[in-house]
Amino acid sequence: MADPDVLRPKHIGARVRRVEDPRLLTGQGAFADDRIVPGALHIAFRRSDHAHALISGIDTAAAAAMPGVFAVYTAADLEGLVEPLRATSRMRNYHATPLYPLARGRVRHVGEPVVAVLAEDRYRAEDALDGIAIDYAPLAAVSDPRAALGADAPVLHEEAGTNVLAEREFSRGDIAAELAAAPIRVGGSFRFHRKAPTAIENRACIAEYDRGRRLLTLTSSTQIPGVIRDALADLLDMPGHSVRVVAADVGGGFGGKASLYPEEILVAVLARRLGRAVRWTGDRLEDLATTSHGFDEIIDAELALDRDGTMLALSAEVIGDVGAYSIYPWTAALEPVQVVSFMPGPYRVPTYRGRVRAVATNKAPTGPYRGVGRPIATFVMERLVDMAARRLSLDPAELRRRNLVRPEEFPYRVASGIVWDRSGFGECLERACAAIDYPKLRTDQGKARAAGRLCGVGIASYAELTGIGSRISAAPGMPINTGTETATIRLDSTGAVTGNFGIASHGQGLETTLAQVIADELGARLADIQILQGDSALVAHGTGTYASRSAVLAGGAAVSAARLLKERIIRAASHLLEAAVEDIDAADGRVFVSGTDRSLSFREIARAVYTEIGRLPRDAREELEVTKVYDPFFGTATAATHIAALEIDPQTCKVRLDRYVVAEDCGRVINPMIVDGQVHGAVAQGIGAALTEEIVYDEAGQLLTASLVDYVIPAASEVPPIETIHLDTESPSTLGGFRGMGEGGTIGAPAAVANALADALAPLGAEIFELPMTPERLFRLITEATAQARGD
Amino acid sequence: MSKHRTIKATVNGIAYERSVEPRLLLSDFLRQTLGLTGTHVGCEHGVCGACTVLIDGDSARACLYFAVQADGRHIETVEGLGTIDDLSPLQQEFREHHALQCGFCTPGMLMTCVDLLKKYPLASDAEIRDGLSGNLCRCTGYEHIVRAVRAAAARRGRKDDG
Ligand code: FES
Ligand code: FES
Repeated sequence: MADPDVLRPKHIGARVRRVEDPRLLTGQGAFADDRIVPGALHIAFRRSDHAHALISGIDTAAAAAMPGVFAVYTAADLEGLVEPLRATSRMRNYHATPLYPLARGRVRHVGEPVVAVLAEDRYRAEDALDGIAIDYAPLAAVSDPRAALGADAPVLHEEAGTNVLAEREFSRGDIAAELAAAPIRVGGSFRFHRKAPTAIENRACIAEYDRGRRLLTLTSSTQIPGVIRDALADLLDMPGHSVRVVAADVGGGFGGKASLYPEEILVAVLARRLGRAVRWTGDRLEDLATTSHGFDEIIDAELALDRDGTMLALSAEVIGDVGAYSIYPWTAALEPVQVVSFMPGPYRVPTYRGRVRAVATNKAPTGPYRGVGRPIATFVMERLVDMAARRLSLDPAELRRRNLVRPEEFPYRVASGIVWDRSGFGECLERACAAIDYPKLRTDQGKARAAGRLCGVGIASYAELTGIGSRISAAPGMPINTGTETATIRLDSTGAVTGNFGIASHGQGLETTLAQVIADELGARLADIQILQGDSALVAHGTGTYASRSAVLAGGAAVSAARLLKERIIRAASHLLEAAVEDIDAADGRVFVSGTDRSLSFREIARAVYTEIGRLPRDAREELEVTKVYDPFFGTATAATHIAALEIDPQTCKVRLDRYVVAEDCGRVINPMIVDGQVHGAVAQGIGAALTEEIVYDEAGQLLTASLVDYVIPAASEVPPIETIHLDTESPSTLGGFRGMGEGGTIGAPAAVANALADALAPLGAEIFELPMTPERLFRLITEATAQARGD
Repeated sequence: MSKHRTIKATVNGIAYERSVEPRLLLSDFLRQTLGLTGTHVGCEHGVCGACTVLIDGDSARACLYFAVQADGRHIETVEGLGTIDDLSPLQQEFREHHALQCGFCTPGMLMTCVDLLKKYPLASDAEIRDGLSGNLCRCTGYEHIVRAVRAAAARRGRKDDG
């Protein structure tokens, strides 16, 4: 008789060690640049050193004659070979911008590829770059997004006729009247500076063309193989089965590898044209100059409250600096529009007006970066909450408590149209406060402050929408479907289980978590399951891994496919074991008849179905392969509260983080170890965003932070231990009860750190309106505040 | 280009003799010439530590060395640690503590840790974090790496465990 415990899920929720690790720990990973193809040509790019210029002439003769050089290409050589890429959208007031693999007549940011050299190796390709002469006629460049809005500003895209590439407004209620009537108003002009996703693996790709089979294979460090397959099939006018995009192991992405890049298009076009493998290995300079940047907004915001702290109204006017092009497929609207969509956060805000303009400047395009818009929305909203708490002499935790959407109010419709399903908003706040012993933290802070030390405590509560289904596009009006994912699960003739997916793991451990889901749903052994992903050929349609979607969408598809496959396995077993279907269940790779010792292994069933023809009646031999598409339709809310405690050294203005706690509701936890890892990594990125990371361009559009010495990401000595609390409550809205959680840490951390800094500086009367708060900015802030306090 | 030079180097215990351009980086020599793609490059300017290998037992950045400087030396790379079926104790701790996500920084992290474990007491987390601070990881937030190194340091003291 089966032990009932055996039937209970035991892999979901367990700290299962990752199946990816052995290969990655031994140097056996398959990253794009690890693919060795004899005879491959290497591309090096001569990139624009101008922020804005017309190209009046290009002379490549000397380069073409250099040793080892195979060919040199300019935009003119690509005419007719490939269509320009356009990120279209149904959004009103949106202007798509055509993007060519090599600049055509005009460059709009430093780093834009102009000429491609193909040579026998990377050294020779780079040597030949010196043999290229480009004549530029410089145009006025615009680097400041406010200046780009001016009537006399240079317009980057004449066909758009404006630098405002997208515009959007959300409003509910009479904002002017509410603000005017409110007894308490806090506000200010906030600035969140530009970031670089900075995966440790730079972008790289190699395209191979099999002329005999007319098969183009692009191996790329991408998060979106399916999107790229579809786009290349279009641009090159090839059927989808002739284009395959593979992203086996990818060294981090964080959104930076979630767009289609000119380099990927170019290697594909040239490999097909030449019938030879063509590769590009980007370096860190190219990464910082050309991989999509993130964030970069100016926000004028105001929050109105009643005297008891009840929020009444919120207004936000946002300028998003989106750089020179509208990125594919997300468009320039993605990042800035999310800022206003999510600004009201997890709070009851009855009246809201949020307006945003996405403004083109002569900088690298912005695209998705971990959190997309929400780190900025959360930074601003949470700062406003703390400013209001200070004004009302209320504890910041208490003011949040009074305004968070309450359990009985779900589903709650945000003024921007987003709907929060049931999620532990208040519980996250209480659990975080309990874990860090908030009252004691405040007592200790009081003592430190009395001793003249600059110690601060910062809270950030937020909610995000994850696992977004087909009801809303991941980016507004975008014509590609990001709301579904596919799973094909098969029990093969050897009894092995394979799960094919359209997602593309790049550090999330999805080969492990999806195997956990299938093991429990199917009753299979973990060791018998292999997950295949990161390859556009695996399923008919898939888009990849981004936007905290894979556990929800691929997990849901896995649940539904595994359930159907299990039914088929059990029906076959009912013939073989001569028992009723209702009496049979599966666990640990075996099916058994309850109350008996009769059982069969998956392997035995597979043989009976596939090989030992005759053991089953002909019409009982069902296909042991199931494909299911899952669409969560709306998606589901993920909520969290972060609390940071820090101290500022007044001498060096260095910030030391002493405590960091995250309490989050990410639904049913598949693997707590992996969830912890995601939170730690995302918080570290948020800390970087708050304290050190900033992509800087000068007024002429020259990039000043083009190395890892200038663009400073956190090292081990700068990140504190991060404590995590998972609520582990099933989402009511998704199959499997999972919620997405890959981005959350980066959403909460900048706000928590900013609030802690402001709290530390409160005795000086200083406020934080800008991130990152580098030591230099802190120094200025402290100096000014001290001077003001002295009355200078 | 400048004339090739012949170098002899031992990599993971195997002696190699190759003719290389003097400007060839050690990282490219390992990855392209020898096909040992376990050593990764993340910046090629000496900051990220992804390319860390051991040269005569000391950790070094392969992107800051020329292959010709490896002439006559012993190089150890991640491929010289444990195997897929028989991970080294350090690799086991990395797996046990989920000290890697994308795995791109991991080979460099491991080689740095091999060096740290050999030379330092690693008695506190602060010391461990200090030791790791020359290797950038964008995925893990370092906490799990610290735990793995802490465990490996404790294990180091025990008998018959390397
Ligand atoms: S690649 Fe050598 S230190 Fe970054
Ligand atoms: S695990 Fe991805 S960079 Fe460290």
